[in-house]
Amino acid sequence: MALSHEEILAHIQAGCGDTAVVIPDSYGVVCVEVPTQQLFRLVNHLFKDQHFKFNILTDLCGVHYPEQKGKELGVVYHIQSMIHRAMIRIKVFAPIENPEIPSLTGIYAMANWMERETYDFFGIKFAGHPNLKRILNMDEMIDFPLRREFPLEDPFRQDKADYQFGR
Amino acid sequence: MRTNKEYIADFHNPDMPDIPYSTLNLGPTHPATHGIFQNVLKMDGERIVDAEQTVGYIHRAFEKIAERRPLYQITPLTDRLNYCSAPINNTGWHLAVEKLLGIQVPKRVDYMRVMIMELARISDHLICNSILGVDTGALTGFTYVYQYREKIYEIYEEICGARLTTNMGRIGGFERDFSPKVFELTKKFLVEFPKIWREFESLLSRNRIFMDRTIDTGPISVERALNYGFTGPNLRATGIDYDIRTADPYCSYEEFKFDIPVGTTGDTYDRFVVRNEEIWQSLSLVEQAIRKIEACEPGIYHADEDHYYLPPKKEVYRNMEALIYHFKIIMGEIEVPAGEVYRAVEGANGELGFYLVSDGGRSPYRLHFRRPCFIYYQAFPEMIRGQLLSDAIVVMSSLNVIAGELDA
Repeated sequence: MALSHEEILAHIQAGCGDTAVVIPDSYGVVCVEVPTQQLFRLVNHLFKDQHFKFNILTDLCGVHYPEQKGKELGVVYHIQSMIHRAMIRIKVFAPIENPEIPSLTGIYAMANWMERETYDFFGIKFAGHPNLKRILNMDEMIDFPLRREFPLEDPFRQDKADYQFGR
Repeated sequence: MRTNKEYIADFHNPDMPDIPYSTLNLGPTHPATHGIFQNVLKMDGERIVDAEQTVGYIHRAFEKIAERRPLYQITPLTDRLNYCSAPINNTGWHLAVEKLLGIQVPKRVDYMRVMIMELARISDHLICNSILGVDTGALTGFTYVYQYREKIYEIYEEICGARLTTNMGRIGGFERDFSPKVFELTKKFLVEFPKIWREFESLLSRNRIFMDRTIDTGPISVERALNYGFTGPNLRATGIDYDIRTADPYCSYEEFKFDIPVGTTGDTYDRFVVRNEEIWQSLSLVEQAIRKIEACEPGIYHADEDHYYLPPKKEVYRNMEALIYHFKIIMGEIEVPAGEVYRAVEGANGELGFYLVSDGGRSPYRLHFRRPCFIYYQAFPEMIRGQLLSDAIVVMSSLNVIAGELDA
């Protein structure tokens, strides 16, 4: 039943050609990076295929790498095949000035809130999302709190500027 | 008189003429919703036309806090996700870290973890099912079984000193061995609880009123459930036998014998029945785990990993190496490999996953919790469309949406 890495990679190549860059992963997950334009095509191919059946979007989250110029913001997708018990990790990156990534809500209904959460915390715009607005934070917020430069504590707090704690 | 099904068909029919609807605000603090959930309902009389959920009322930014904390200090954060079954969250987090660090834990630790995780599953399903009874008007069953959650908490208390937010276990094992009292209490629980639970089941599962309220209430098809990312008992109620304990075994679950109950229609009654059966399976798993622990060599309760597991305090004061390790672990000087891991466990209400990105620093570069509630709660409006208002409460209760996990 278990699929080999070569089989999965060949399947990915069939979906998006040579644009997928394989990222080595020491924990045994097939991990690829694809250009943003190819993402929807690839995921649609994975979802539609009747043999492999990658029918579950297990996880979707954003990551911020300030050092990577031109691709600061990334989205990591974990796509799972229940029948074959296989998982693929797909990464896409976008520049921080205009982070736009195609939405997967047309394929997976579950992507709706997960994309809203990623927008809420990282400011990544998902093109084609039906209702892209903040979900966990308040609507009036202007920052994207999970970006690296956002401070964990309010730097203007007065109550902790205490000589006893040496801050 | 028109049947429920005919009404629901009307609400899904786009050709129906528009009627002026009224808006009802259910929540955020409503005694019937068990937590802080807001639903703005569009109503046609007593029927729900559409709903919109608002979430985030108890958002506590755990993912941001975790980026500044050493690995072992993140365990208390995971307690507060699904606080009805905190030991499962703790163990899931430890498994993710152990996968990153490459730690092999001894078999006895695996069995101890299975024991507490299954006790946690029992307490979670027990709350969910008995509260479902309360929401349909049967308070008796709830008051009857609730004291057994207390008994499980007494077992937790004996293991780690805490009751609700347990912070149980350490990276690589447990902070101390289970005392004989733990096994005594658990065995007593295994004798007493089945009798009470059988009585509870006979109160509700063939009860005419309960069946009328729950059958065909909030159903979801297999396709929609998969597309909405359902996992756990809610997915199994639709008829798919997907369980991470068998699909991707952790903690030596492959050595245990248990069945995975499935439903057929995915309605509230099926979810109730699946959870009931899972309690029986969990009871058998706890029993098997105790037998396996007793067959193991006693006194082993953690992996032999000096770099990650805190040395005993007595050693720290007398032994130089122990002091060095203690200092290094506390100050975050230990070496963590750079890499990315995803580890999921079968939480009480679905697949609880931890996606951990490490850059080699003392705290995670990025940590994402895959919270099952957050993902399947999206399907709620679709499930209650065309149903009665009082059924919406029942559906939400049977989905087992926990506010702490929803908002992280």
